[in-house]
Amino acid sequence: MVGSSAEWIYNVSGIDERRFAAEDETISDMAVSAAQDCLSASGVLASELGMLMVASGSSERRFPGPAASVAHRLGLDSVPALDLPMASAGSLFGMALASKLTETYGNILVVAAEKMSSVILRQPMNPSTCVLFGDGAGACLVSAKDGLAKVVDSALYSDGSFAEDLKLELERPLEMNGRTVILQASRKIPRAVVELLERNGRAAADVGYFLMHQANQNLIVRIAAALGVGAEKFYSNIRRYGNTSSASMLIAATEWSRQSGFPSGVPIVFATFGAGFHWGALLCVAT
Amino acid sequence: MNRQAQIAEIIRTISKKNTTPDPDESLFDSGLLDSFALPDVLSALELAFSIKIPDSDLNPRKFDSISRIESYIESRL
Repeated sequence: MVGSSAEWIYNVSGIDERRFAAEDETISDMAVSAAQDCLSASGVLASELGMLMVASGSSERRFPGPAASVAHRLGLDSVPALDLPMASAGSLFGMALASKLTETYGNILVVAAEKMSSVILRQPMNPSTCVLFGDGAGACLVSAKDGLAKVVDSALYSDGSFAEDLKLELERPLEMNGRTVILQASRKIPRAVVELLERNGRAAADVGYFLMHQANQNLIVRIAAALGVGAEKFYSNIRRYGNTSSASMLIAATEWSRQSGFPSGVPIVFATFGAGFHWGALLCVAT
Repeated sequence: MNRQAQIAEIIRTISKKNTTPDPDESLFDSGLLDSFALPDVLSALELAFSIKIPDSDLNPRKFDSISRIESYIESRL
């Protein structure tokens, strides 16, 4: 599209392929599909939901965001539906908040849906970012009842001093100061994971698997090294999907879950970093 | 070894390139450093000079040349 070779893109990001939604496919369409898939897999009916959260940084309009529409299409009547327009950090923030709210609201469905193609392909294209992002959606059911894993703890952070380094202004290309993003993420993510684990009496070596936001394969490898664990403990699918922003962590978690089945008793760490900057980590233990 | 020489040695080690850039040469534009090498350089600088670089100072422009790195280190000592 912009003269970058496939080899260069793969070397700098780990991306080989990406998926784009159909031109007439909306964020709401993708979110509903992911939500129904998740509900079916969990055996929970939509009518049993107490809350819905939808994370998306690529929504078609300022307001209302997609959450109300998704709730309506799922047949939810008056169930609170929150939008989380936080880009990459949206799904982890949603999961963490849901884990605190579930005692009050019961079953909470956290959905992340992104149509990054609608952003990166509009003119003028930014050659440094348009090759990195793809479309996708994922979902996670958080409940006070037993499930695949128990949320033990979470840690969320925001630092607005870097708000200008990764941004999507109205009708403008996505802008990213890649060096700053990588530099900050390289420090903040391992620190967040270590702090979370230490206050729960654990170390990175105790963690069975890491399910991270799929931003860049080189970054994933660096974070593994910073934590002193092998990169094989970090699930990676960025090669096939590119960076799907808030959806990426949930897509990775779903694929890994279907492959491994959440081995009982194993600590799992979710981690993310994104525009804001917002970042965080969540610790759960497979049941 | 003076400070600039120490910094150059760190860059050579991290970049795995046996090149000594001019003090004002851009380390990024010259291809000596990329986005993923920079965190390693900063960690090595912290260790070598017993300084702590706060997140608020993690602006790549501050570390784009040996001169700039030297100035930054002096400000932290």
